[in-house]
Amino acid sequence: MDIANFLLETGFWMATIRMATPLLFGTLGELICERAGVLNLGIEGIMAAGCMAGWTWVYLGGDLWTGILFAAFVGGLFGLLHALFTVHLGLSQHVTGLGITMLASALSSFVFRMLLPTATTPPKIVPFKPFPIPLLSDIPFVGDILFNQSALTYLAFLAVIATGYALFRTPAGLALRMAGENPMAVEAQGLSVFSIRTSAVVIGSALMAVGGAFLTMSAFDAFYIGMVNGRGWICIALVVFSSWKPGKALLGCLFFAAFDAVQMRVQQQSGMAIPYQFYLMMPYVFSIMALIIMSRRAAYPKALLIPFRKGER
Amino acid sequence: MRIEARENISLTMKTLSPVMAVGVAMAVCSMLLIWADASPLEGWMLMLKGALGSKFAVTETLTRATPLIFTGLAAAVAFRAKLWNIGGEGQLYIGAVVATWLGAGSLELPSYFMIPYLFIAGALAGGLLLLIPTLLKTKLQVDEVVTTLLLNFIVLLFVNWLVFGPWKDPMAMGWPQAAPVVDSALLPQLLARTRLHLGFILALASAVGVWWFMRATTWGFEIRAVGASPKASRFAGMPVNAAIVRTALLSGGLAAMAGVSELCGVKEYLTLDLSPGFGYSGIVVAMLAALHPLGVVASSIFVAVIYIGADSMSRAINISNYIADVITAVSLLAVLVSMFLAKYRIRWR
Repeated sequence: MDIANFLLETGFWMATIRMATPLLFGTLGELICERAGVLNLGIEGIMAAGCMAGWTWVYLGGDLWTGILFAAFVGGLFGLLHALFTVHLGLSQHVTGLGITMLASALSSFVFRMLLPTATTPPKIVPFKPFPIPLLSDIPFVGDILFNQSALTYLAFLAVIATGYALFRTPAGLALRMAGENPMAVEAQGLSVFSIRTSAVVIGSALMAVGGAFLTMSAFDAFYIGMVNGRGWICIALVVFSSWKPGKALLGCLFFAAFDAVQMRVQQQSGMAIPYQFYLMMPYVFSIMALIIMSRRAAYPKALLIPFRKGER
Repeated sequence: MRIEARENISLTMKTLSPVMAVGVAMAVCSMLLIWADASPLEGWMLMLKGALGSKFAVTETLTRATPLIFTGLAAAVAFRAKLWNIGGEGQLYIGAVVATWLGAGSLELPSYFMIPYLFIAGALAGGLLLLIPTLLKTKLQVDEVVTTLLLNFIVLLFVNWLVFGPWKDPMAMGWPQAAPVVDSALLPQLLARTRLHLGFILALASAVGVWWFMRATTWGFEIRAVGASPKASRFAGMPVNAAIVRTALLSGGLAAMAGVSELCGVKEYLTLDLSPGFGYSGIVVAMLAALHPLGVVASSIFVAVIYIGADSMSRAINISNYIADVITAVSLLAVLVSMFLAKYRIRWR
């Protein structure tokens, strides 16, 4: 069992980048919500809804890219519901988020079962193919790893840059971050905290759903009930780990995916010395450890979890 | 739009708000039934008949409500202290694991010792499991929502390993399940030829016990005070962290009792389908009851009616029984809004 050996394999690094993709979308989505002051525990269910919506779109004859748009739209709808409850009515963000997760997961399973009541093996679609970028993908080693991925993976990396730019280099981003730190100041500027937070939650939720859609439309080619399998919760841990910064979120997702890829290789090579269930526990254990390590220094957005009411102090 | 607090909240409004929420949930889910080409009225009647239409159906519903009372109490107690314990599912399984460990032949005791012993040991394990994220919260400020959620996955994989590995029962024809608990650990039936077992009585007793504890004891008062305002409690000299730790032991213990009760009352052996998400449904149960321990009994029975009724409806007409999950999720969201509307009024300007 040589860890050094597979660190030189392109396959290992390609898997790392691939496995980081859904986490990236989810983490960025959650990061945008939390930066505006809204914890979105709906993420696990919204990812499931994205999985289901994107896959169904393609299964019923739509093409892949409109499928992604449809998944984002469905995710945005659930985000809108979350924002309506937590931003406009000021209900508990914890309980509402869990309710959104339950609703979105239940609806996905229900709709899937109603469309395919008797399917024992889930039907397959033709997923996104790797899209080698001309010239760049010809670079030895690095080319295959970075430039021979699915188009959605490039999109995830672009989303990191776009989110970072939008949050820290534009007036809209400043307003969004202010809504999460000091909503009174936003209101004093004549901007609406409600609309800023609502837009942030809708956009963030749409990104989460695209992360879910990556699972059924690129990583695999079929929908299984329960296939998100805690990835949403891991993303929430990764947001804390990233200190609410997109660049660090990218690092966190890559680290995490690399660990996951390592444990899969080690598991294959070590035979049955350690039962596979303990390897499968690793991502969850890592997430808890990441939270413990970072929590000391965690600088939560100051208005996170605090509903804003006009005219109240 | 402006939100104003109501000066006085009438009792009728308080009690009516969950009922209104359930009405909204039924209206929303009627649309799903119509989409699925079924008549909503027929659907709801089938559900009612399936859950309450005969003596056997009623006992099945109460059997299903039993673990929900335990997990609902677990969530109600924790949420009251603003300890977000979403780990009921993991605590339930750890209770069942400990009960299997002690109750599947490793020791012989008469029934009246064995059953309390398993419940206490299981509850202790559940409490200790929740203690990990709770201490991380009080000592290191690690958010407990995510850690309790992630622990569910870890515990489930642990149980997966047990029933596929060292605990796999060689007599189970290859099925992934542990050896059954001994006869003296089985909870006696309450009615002949039904599955309703002693666990239901224990659940009711726990609800009354928790109600009394929260209402009449100093520790219970501290838990409520810490939930209402940790700052004020600290200022008043209350041991805030100790109160949170006590809440965790109680909440985790209650959730674990659901696991022991299901194991010794219904399943008899540990499997991966011991709980179809009772830990998560407990959150809905607690919210529908507005975190009131006695209300938990009523809302557990309501949620049990939905699940048992949906099973029977899905057999009768072509509707997936995932509709039960949709109904409970919509009920949860609707009850949040209706409780809000009981407390506040919205002025449109």
